[in-house]
Amino acid sequence: MSKAIDERGYSKAEVLVSTEWVQEHLKDPGLRIAESNEDPLLYGAEHIPGAVEIDWTRDLNDPVRRDYLDKPGFERLMRRIGATRDTTIVLYGDKNNWWATYAFWVLQLFGHTRAKIMDGGRLKWLKEKRPLSREVPKYHATEYEAPQRDEIRIRAFRTQVLKHVEQRLPLVDVRSPEEYRGERLHMPEYPNEGALRGGHIPGALSIPWGRAINQEDGTFKDAAELRKIYVEENKLRPGDDVIAYCRIGERSSHTWFVLTYLLGFSKVRNYDGSWTEWGNLVGVPIENPNFEGRREAAA
Amino acid sequence: MKRLPERLESLLATLETLDRNDRIEMLVDVARRFRSVPERIAVRPYPKEHRVPGCESEAYVWAEPRPDGALTYYFAVENPQGISAMALAAILGDSLSGELLDEVAAVPADMVYRIFGRELSMGKSLGLMGMVNMVRAAAMQQLQSCVPKVDGK
Repeated sequence: MSKAIDERGYSKAEVLVSTEWVQEHLKDPGLRIAESNEDPLLYGAEHIPGAVEIDWTRDLNDPVRRDYLDKPGFERLMRRIGATRDTTIVLYGDKNNWWATYAFWVLQLFGHTRAKIMDGGRLKWLKEKRPLSREVPKYHATEYEAPQRDEIRIRAFRTQVLKHVEQRLPLVDVRSPEEYRGERLHMPEYPNEGALRGGHIPGALSIPWGRAINQEDGTFKDAAELRKIYVEENKLRPGDDVIAYCRIGERSSHTWFVLTYLLGFSKVRNYDGSWTEWGNLVGVPIENPNFEGRREAAA
Repeated sequence: MKRLPERLESLLATLETLDRNDRIEMLVDVARRFRSVPERIAVRPYPKEHRVPGCESEAYVWAEPRPDGALTYYFAVENPQGISAMALAAILGDSLSGELLDEVAAVPADMVYRIFGRELSMGKSLGLMGMVNMVRAAAMQQLQSCVPKVDGK
């Protein structure tokens, strides 16, 4: 069983809340609980009473360009869920909070720092047989004025990644080892998502995102266990300039969350273009161990 | 292009009249009606060859011939959170069982977007399309087994 959150040694433990805490705060007017899933039917089937849905495609992404919602779009979203700049958004969801941390990351692009993740996500809540509802709550629309989207602090673009490679700065590939090695272009059990080349960005460390999770209940591992993975095994240091990536930026937002908030790394960016961009770019360097021998033979 | 089997076309037409929330509500109700493959057809552990490739909800598909040569389709969804897979399994089982094999074999896999909407992640949508493709493949196989073979060819 996981230790209490404040006993796990996290740098910013206040960003995580337990399922118990959420149940005790269901009627707190300063909170808005929000569910964010990959499966579009899960919220409609049942959710935490009073929780709103933030759908990762419909609510967080631009419908035309490959990009996140802009400032007016973010303001509309926050007004719709009845949030103000002072509202604390508590996020949870399926897949060990993949999509919840993705939504959390988008909130940070707009400086909404009053945000938390419910440890263990939807699955833990269900396993503990906590209350559920099918009722979709309605909240009064609020006034919400967001700052411009911050593209610098926590988001990386391909030109910055290329520079990162040249400077030999740390990159973390959070995909499966098979994807990292270029043996497959998509994660196990997932179909191909359209990258023409397999492999990884040169110099990237392979640290699959799921290593940060206790598989039995979906909670985050404690800080000592996380340090063992990221710092001792992989030699990352909290002061490093780190870029994390995956396939489309969702799993890497989970690792971004772990490094930034649980281990206190000071500069971590999520490359949301990730492998679906890098694996299709013309002329960028790629490491693929399956091809190294052949290249040498050809030379 | 072949027409869709009537029951499926009728369901898709109904879904298209609904807004997102009503569509989700209807699909959740459909998922709740889903019944897993009867033990007469298969028992756990289910054989790998019936597992839908690429489906994270661990869906399985079986097809049982009927006296008229058509097929009845059965499904299992092992992930209790695989509610979209359950909804699709219920839809495919209800609307394609007993239908003409050539029509089933021609059902386009991307009709999952007509059911769930365009907001599906690519991983999710392709997993669901894998379920449709398994049903199509079963219909195609049955269709081919019904074609009279010419000796020596």
